[in-house]
Amino acid sequence: MTMLPRRTILKGGIALAAMPALSGIALGQEKLKVGFAYLAVPGDYGWTYAHDQGANDLIKALGDKIEVTKVENVGESGPNVERVLRELAQQGNKLIFATTFGHMEAAVKVSAEFPDVIFEHCTGFKTAPNLGTYNARFYEGRAVIGTIAGHMSKAGVGGYLASFPIPEVVMGIDAFCLAARKVNPNFTLKVIWLNTWFDPAKEADAARALLDQGVDVITQHTDSPAPVQVCEERGAICFGQASDMASFGPNACLTSIVDNWGPHYIRATQAVLDGTWVSAQPWEGLKEGVVLVTPYNAKVPAEVAAAADAVKQGQIDGSLHIFTGPIKDKDGNEMVAAGQTPDDGFLLGLQTYVEGVQA
Amino acid sequence: MSPDLAVAIVVAIVGVSTPILLAALGELVVEKAGVLNLGVEGMMLMGAVIGFAMAASTGNPWLGVLAAAVAAALGALIFGFLTLSLSANQVATGLALTIFGTGFSALAGKAFLGKTIPVFGAVFPPELAQHPFGRVFFGYSPIVYFSLFMVVAVWWFLTRTRAGLILRAVGENDASAHSIGYSVVGVRYGAVAFGGAMAGVAGAYFSMVGTPMWAENLTAGRGWIALALVVFAAWRPYRLLAGAYLFGAVMTLELHAKAAGGWFSVVPPEAWAALPYLATIFVLVAISMRRSGSTSAPACLGKPFLPTA
Repeated sequence: MTMLPRRTILKGGIALAAMPALSGIALGQEKLKVGFAYLAVPGDYGWTYAHDQGANDLIKALGDKIEVTKVENVGESGPNVERVLRELAQQGNKLIFATTFGHMEAAVKVSAEFPDVIFEHCTGFKTAPNLGTYNARFYEGRAVIGTIAGHMSKAGVGGYLASFPIPEVVMGIDAFCLAARKVNPNFTLKVIWLNTWFDPAKEADAARALLDQGVDVITQHTDSPAPVQVCEERGAICFGQASDMASFGPNACLTSIVDNWGPHYIRATQAVLDGTWVSAQPWEGLKEGVVLVTPYNAKVPAEVAAAADAVKQGQIDGSLHIFTGPIKDKDGNEMVAAGQTPDDGFLLGLQTYVEGVQA
Repeated sequence: MSPDLAVAIVVAIVGVSTPILLAALGELVVEKAGVLNLGVEGMMLMGAVIGFAMAASTGNPWLGVLAAAVAAALGALIFGFLTLSLSANQVATGLALTIFGTGFSALAGKAFLGKTIPVFGAVFPPELAQHPFGRVFFGYSPIVYFSLFMVVAVWWFLTRTRAGLILRAVGENDASAHSIGYSVVGVRYGAVAFGGAMAGVAGAYFSMVGTPMWAENLTAGRGWIALALVVFAAWRPYRLLAGAYLFGAVMTLELHAKAAGGWFSVVPPEAWAALPYLATIFVLVAISMRRSGSTSAPACLGKPFLPTA
């Protein structure tokens, strides 16, 4: 509710600009100004933290040629988003990253107003000549942790802390449940929708509620490490989200799915510097290293680790797609026919739950 | 429903209700003195980060709670100086305090991101809390018992002591209190500092008991619920207690209804989520329909006091 944005204006180039003799190229040449609009704050240890790590990787790689402005707490939606994007464009940023799904309409509108500014929008699907999107195949990571959950859940009942009912999140729920049911066909998944990306107390309370209701493995698509902490306290198992959360649950956290945006930010910025940027919709995953799975907890038995690695490797070399049929929806109707693999459009519009999901 | 689940639900409700109760209780005293401090959320965050920092550095959770109370009280005194000594607008200054507290806590907490501390948990020996029904009474953090004690203490102070009477007089009719020789500004400073300290302990509950870690915006808007609760309770401590537990129960049952599915989910989760707000509106309507026409709000609430003589 405190949605007034606090500005953290970070002049990425300052340190290097102070040493022009070393950087050389920057002398007399105007730096490319790059803007980031963050959903929340880097301190969330989740989604925004991961984007901030990516932005820092970008500064490390190209800091002598660019100047980075980060705006925190822009929010998921509302008039603030449009205002921040417009202000970033007015301040001379020539490349602007809008880092959450809810920024889509604002990015479409503002990019039309500033045709000479390049916009990149994370996880969206609308584009323009100066508006591209970028996304990561998080569901590939979910398939890996779902495999582990299927092996390690004694109750055969998992809990899933979900944020907003958008295709991105439904895709993760389905991929996790499909992978777990390949191991244990009776596995079921209880989903709690929290209608927030970040509310540590609510996330923790929801994790407790799930554990009280007989769940013994918890996965989250919300951003705080609070659920991991609850699982540690209760002796349950869980998986970290967006960044490595092992430090919050040395015994509980079996692995984390890490969003690694750095390589994309560096590539996109380099393309703008070179004048080769074109509007595109990259959707990369485990293969390209945009989605990482952290090393497994020592608690994961060798054969389970091997099974998880096989799922990971299969997705990297393309031999496995978790959404390959036959897949039934939660009411038992056919969703994907046997042997068929749906296209990306199907995934990006996904609204139905697979068999075993209770939401 | 098994007894174990019922107990787990009760324990969860207490956990959700305690910080809201603490913060609202502090704000109740502040408003009884005629001051509206909308900075509860900011003060909670200050308490949360300082409490965590102190507990993490010294290893002593009691010192953490104390530091949280002191830090948030100091934050409240900034508000006090601006609104009481300089007669700044209370609404604007309170909102500014929330923004300040949010920013301050983010800055102060940078070094503590990603760290954890042991839960500031059960104060009674675990044997007492072993039986499920024992757990309902003996399974909580000291802060929970403190919050319940403070409900009684605040009620007793406001209704049974001379100092409480003076505080209420200052809130109901500042000019009269002033004319018979009481220091309106002095009393209000005291109330504002108390409100800050309580908000600080509420914040510490988040960072030390509920989710023993520091993350920016850890309290995620609970301070605003506390503010609404004071109005809901019509400025009465016991009604505040009932209100906090009602809000807590609704927030907890919503999650359990979603987790349980089955017959539990006959009531749509959205209806659960809307319930506290519907209840607040209902109470406000009920209050304003009473014959006396009084809203039971302190008469001088939010008005700056400028001594003329």
